Amino acid sequence: MSAFVEMKQISKVYPNGVVANKHVDFAVEKGEIHALVGENGAGKSTLMKILYGLEQPTHGEIWLRGQRVEIANPHRAIDLGIGMVHQNFMLVPSFTIAENIVLGSEPRKGRFLDRAQAIAITETLSKSYGLQVDPAARIESTPVGMRQRVEILKTLYRGADLLILDEPTAVLTPQETDELFLAVRKLVDQGKTVIFITHKLVEVKEISDRVTVMRHGEVTGRVATADVSEADIARMMVGRAVFLQIDKPPVRRGRVVAEVRNLGYVAETGRPMVRNVSFDVYAGEILGVAGVEGNGQTELVEVMTGLRPATTGEIRIDGKPVQGQSARRIRLSGVAHIPEDRLTNGVALDASIAENLAVDRYNRPPFTRQGILSPRAIQTQAVALMQQFDIRAAGSAAPMRSLSGGNMQKVIVAREFSAEPALLIAAQPTRGVDIGATEFVHTQLVAKRNEGKAVLLVSADLAEVMSLADRIAVMYKGEIVGILENGPHLTEEEIGLYMLGLKRDEGARGEGRGARGEGRRELSRPSRKFQPSRKIMQRRSQHR
Amino acid sequence: MSFEVVLQSIFSAAFIATVIRVSTPLILPAMGGLISELGGAINIALEGVMLAAAFTGVIVSGFAPQWFPGAPEWVYALTGGVAGVLVGMAMGWMIAFFHLELKTDIILTGLAMNILAAGGTVFLMFSLTGDKGSTSTLDSAQLPAVQIPFVNTIPILGTLLNGENGAGYNIMSYIAFVLVAVIWVFLYRMPSGVHLRATGEMPEAAQSVGIDIRRTRYWALVASGFCAALGGLYLSMGYLSIFQANMTAGRGFIALAVVYLGNRNPIGTLIAALIFGTASALGTRLGTMAIPPQFVEMIPPVVTIAALVIYNIRRRARINAAARRFQEQAEAARP
Repeated sequence: MSAFVEMKQISKVYPNGVVANKHVDFAVEKGEIHALVGENGAGKSTLMKILYGLEQPTHGEIWLRGQRVEIANPHRAIDLGIGMVHQNFMLVPSFTIAENIVLGSEPRKGRFLDRAQAIAITETLSKSYGLQVDPAARIESTPVGMRQRVEILKTLYRGADLLILDEPTAVLTPQETDELFLAVRKLVDQGKTVIFITHKLVEVKEISDRVTVMRHGEVTGRVATADVSEADIARMMVGRAVFLQIDKPPVRRGRVVAEVRNLGYVAETGRPMVRNVSFDVYAGEILGVAGVEGNGQTELVEVMTGLRPATTGEIRIDGKPVQGQSARRIRLSGVAHIPEDRLTNGVALDASIAENLAVDRYNRPPFTRQGILSPRAIQTQAVALMQQFDIRAAGSAAPMRSLSGGNMQKVIVAREFSAEPALLIAAQPTRGVDIGATEFVHTQLVAKRNEGKAVLLVSADLAEVMSLADRIAVMYKGEIVGILENGPHLTEEEIGLYMLGLKRDEGARGEGRGARGEGRRELSRPSRKFQPSRKIMQRRSQHR
Repeated sequence: MSFEVVLQSIFSAAFIATVIRVSTPLILPAMGGLISELGGAINIALEGVMLAAAFTGVIVSGFAPQWFPGAPEWVYALTGGVAGVLVGMAMGWMIAFFHLELKTDIILTGLAMNILAAGGTVFLMFSLTGDKGSTSTLDSAQLPAVQIPFVNTIPILGTLLNGENGAGYNIMSYIAFVLVAVIWVFLYRMPSGVHLRATGEMPEAAQSVGIDIRRTRYWALVASGFCAALGGLYLSMGYLSIFQANMTAGRGFIALAVVYLGNRNPIGTLIAALIFGTASALGTRLGTMAIPPQFVEMIPPVVTIAALVIYNIRRRARINAAARRFQEQAEAARP
């Protein structure tokens, strides 16, 4: 039996010498859902880019429907019936859904667009594949789940038989993920073939018929999904068992470090992004912030760290109001920030590792004496931190740009942790970081908590928040809709309901009720459901 | 000099005719700016293109009688006009070439074009006519005016439709208004216009569906050169009948401001251009009265600043209103 798609002995060596694929054999049968899994940097994206014509293999052959094909560009791939749904959507925000679906191959009436036809096409496609969209809605005002359906419809409009979905669930809520899975199954029922890239093992088990596992550019496993367990796949992915369960001693909550009261932020566009948010972060705890991306988490962090001005409300660090102050003043008040957008806000790419490690303290002794920088002090610190935080690079003078994502993140972590903050704000700290570095960041965060620092962890990865946080605040449309006590009783589905806005605790909004004294004396106003344990209450009163 | 006279002169058909005449050299380059901006390759060389086209039109139409003696007058005007447009498109193409092939910064490239045009026109004018100030020694052709028949006898309508002297507006004024409509249809009703907008707003998306971004931007820049050239030709072959050094006097830059003030769409841009035109017309009007010229000359820049300030105040007000609304909601939600 010959496969629908067969990639034989594919190798890809980039001009800078990075070997992304090594003699990869990859085959997909017609009508199956084939999961392609592996860590970040395992080479799965490269392999799919080759299949979609975005990259050319250094070596190897591609066979489609039993014929050898050359795929020089995405155009050719589309002609061959291959469609790809990219992780970051390729949609024009100000265009309607119908316009986006037909973009580039519009139905025409003479020289003009046939707009009625575009809408009709969208409706027909939408109905026949069960992918619900509103043809006349503009992309910028539609939710992420719908945008993804638009992307899938776009490939179907172009006649795709084979759909490559690149980490499609990364941006979805659990409920939206379920909907997507239903749609994918329907596609397969109608004769389509789906390649599903992911690194979430639960999804592999749930959706796929077969799975190909990659590690370090090589295929390490090709199995029928039913024959293996999640743990088996994990072993193939990392070469050892992964412990998602993180050991941490019970929470010992100290003083209130950060108080946020009725915080609001309205974007330039006039859209309120953060609405009336109130919460406390205590010393010795990790407060996780969960939520589908784009629900105000980014803005909340940027307001708290002084990168954006708050529109309303108050932020206090150790009792001192800091809102409206510059990022530097806020840092000096004891806030450290691991930013979400590492390349823009986290590092200076062309500066050296040593310089990046000193960038928040260069103007203080021992790095500056009598107004003169001391390169030696900067160098000494760099060497010490690089060893302590296991930063692997050619040397402390190496430019940041030359580091891998994981090592770059370690530099940021090293800088922020060594600043000895009272409050550490970590936004998406393990995004795009390999599993080794992820584990490292996780243990470091827990270590800071155990030392008695306050940690605010914002992450789109629900598993990460659930395994690290002591309490979890869920954001939905700019509001905190619930602050939940983490524990074995708390399930992903429960949080999913909050993330989707289907459930909310009124109590969560009024933490401290805006009155400072009250907020300090009382514990957070507990929601009816999640009472903080008596032990914590006692500890608090002892501390007082 | 009473205030009433000023008002009378403003609220008159003749004033509206003036507005149309002075708006024409803003509308045309603004349409060029709009196309390049929407395509994601902003052409800041509108000023230079206008200047170069204005100069080329005059020189070519002035020398054309020597090349084709005995041809009718309109042939000379046409030759000059076509030459000016070609120069404008060539400059657009050069910006595209430098920016897209040689990867230069598009702002710096545009700036270089402006400087080149400012200096180059004076240099060539001196070489060709021996004069550094203007081409008044050269007998160059004018673009025709279009007179609407039979309306001149009707008092107000005659002035409105055919201008103060009843000779009709220059053909470029008609082209300007038609161009706005054509560009609107192109941008919103034709596939290539939609591709242009997609290219400017989300190049990755455009590329992923097989739209050739490089080609789209080439065309956008050439088209912007075309539009700006029409504006320049109007100045030297319609509004006046000579070329003067730096005769565009910043219109190319105002046209860029007009694009943003018009919210990056053709209709808004047209309205914004008319507002600026009104301001300059007012300046011209008041210039004939006993008002110190310093004040009169201040009007266009003051209107520019006022327009930008108002635009931003309104934007901020929108943001603040949204902030207030949600603050009230927040307060209402609190028991």
